[in-house]
Amino acid sequence: MARVVILGAGVAGHTAARHLHKMLGKSHEIVVVSPNAKWNWIPSNIWVGVGQMKEEQVTFDLAAIYSKTSIQFRQAKALSIHPEGSETNSKPFVSVEYTLPAKAGQKEDIAYDYLINATGPKLNFGATEGLGPDHGHTVSVCTASHAVEANHKLEKIIADLRKGEQRTIVIGTGHGMCTCQGAAFEYIYNVDHVLREAGVRDKARVIWISNEYELGDFGMGGVHIKRGGYVTNAKTFAESLMVERGIEWITRAHVKKVEAGKIHYETLEGTFHELAFDFSMLIPPFAGVGLKAFNKAGEDITAQIFAPNGFMKVDADYTPRAFEDWSAKDWPKRYQNPTFKSLFAIGIAFAPPHPISKVMKSPNDTQISPTPPRTGMPSASMAIAVSRSIRDMINGAPEPTHEASMAEMGAACVASTGASFFSGSAASMTVYPVVPDFEKYPEYGRDTSLTFGEIGLAGHWMKYTLHHLFIYQAQMKPGWSLLPD
Amino acid sequence: MSNKPLNKAPYQQAYYPPVPTGFTRYMRTSLIWQFFRFLVINVKMLRLMSKSTH
Repeated sequence: MARVVILGAGVAGHTAARHLHKMLGKSHEIVVVSPNAKWNWIPSNIWVGVGQMKEEQVTFDLAAIYSKTSIQFRQAKALSIHPEGSETNSKPFVSVEYTLPAKAGQKEDIAYDYLINATGPKLNFGATEGLGPDHGHTVSVCTASHAVEANHKLEKIIADLRKGEQRTIVIGTGHGMCTCQGAAFEYIYNVDHVLREAGVRDKARVIWISNEYELGDFGMGGVHIKRGGYVTNAKTFAESLMVERGIEWITRAHVKKVEAGKIHYETLEGTFHELAFDFSMLIPPFAGVGLKAFNKAGEDITAQIFAPNGFMKVDADYTPRAFEDWSAKDWPKRYQNPTFKSLFAIGIAFAPPHPISKVMKSPNDTQISPTPPRTGMPSASMAIAVSRSIRDMINGAPEPTHEASMAEMGAACVASTGASFFSGSAASMTVYPVVPDFEKYPEYGRDTSLTFGEIGLAGHWMKYTLHHLFIYQAQMKPGWSLLPD
Repeated sequence: MSNKPLNKAPYQQAYYPPVPTGFTRYMRTSLIWQFFRFLVINVKMLRLMSKSTH
């Protein structure tokens, strides 16, 4: 009997757990380790952040779901990986510390035959002074509880606006090296939507600030789509949406510091500015969760397994190269660690070989360009490929049998721009492939017959349907495996 | 006080991007058209997923 340990129970980790359970049944052990008691459908947090949904509608208890299956669940955070075992333990193992209140602080070594690192990111609010809801002056929608707090503060702003006062709202990215611009993009339009519904939009100045070179970059170097007889960059559509809603924008910006009511930022030109605000939601940069690794002798081998940013090295080509020399082939396919073949990393946890958007630096050497997105649909695709590979390796295959390169897969994204069944809207987008391949598609790096985008009420219906579909699927209700991931 | 409308300032951020016409905005929330688009978007996404399957 083999044991597969999965670190993390987000989109990537939980998808891997579901599929491994379906493929392996009770003949092998599956252990999920997550510091969080609840699963969270993160794309709907933006609706919690504007009061359109409750926290309970976007989360559910993991233990209750896993208890109906043979999947074992440890509410704990992973501390270190020991891929060679130790002097007292011959098998590879992972050390964890319980976060479950009844066992808080207790440690356990969990032996594994295969380990999937799907820890997701550390929300690195500490990278920017004054950023974040815990020790800073901005709110967040990165977790459901953050989104609840964001909504409470937004409600106070709306109450002030109703009294006739003027307020400034700033939404975007809180550092020059952020990814996940899409979440902030959705949030700003949903805030705009609720302000209009409250009849106070004219009292609010709404400003977008991001590290993108141009609007619509989204960490993917932007996309080109066919529309109205032209092949047009997403910048055109993103700017159009902003102008239509009366939103101002600041791009090429690195937020250096946030004080109460004041954002300090540097631009790509190397100039420094201040922006006053009353309410601000800024996405933090991501980092690895800080896992350590040790060899059999107990020596620290973290740098061998993890990149300096804390993400795990996999079968990517990490040779440093100039943008002009980047290739789709640099991107990993099997997500297997090159040194320890029983280690895999999926979702945000794997170290990308390089960004997708061209790295840009200010004259002060400050990097102000997005890092690559690897959430949602790509995360699920990686999870399924790695699960199938592990199944086959348990059954005797000498190496991974399935691949899921981000340079060979597409991504669908439905970005809400207002939640309402009759008057809502969303931008529906597909991109193929996620990582541009200029050898296959020399003009734009992507297949323009599979890359498209449009805005409308249908997009809101899509997003609402997907919300219920993915939560049903994640709860492993009857027929879940027939639904698309 | 004069009611003469002010000239719209050129060379501002909001001066350049395309702005949807009334017809485009209507079509974005037209139930019949959007139901059709809902089907089209579903087909496009399923096509994308089939291409991405490994």
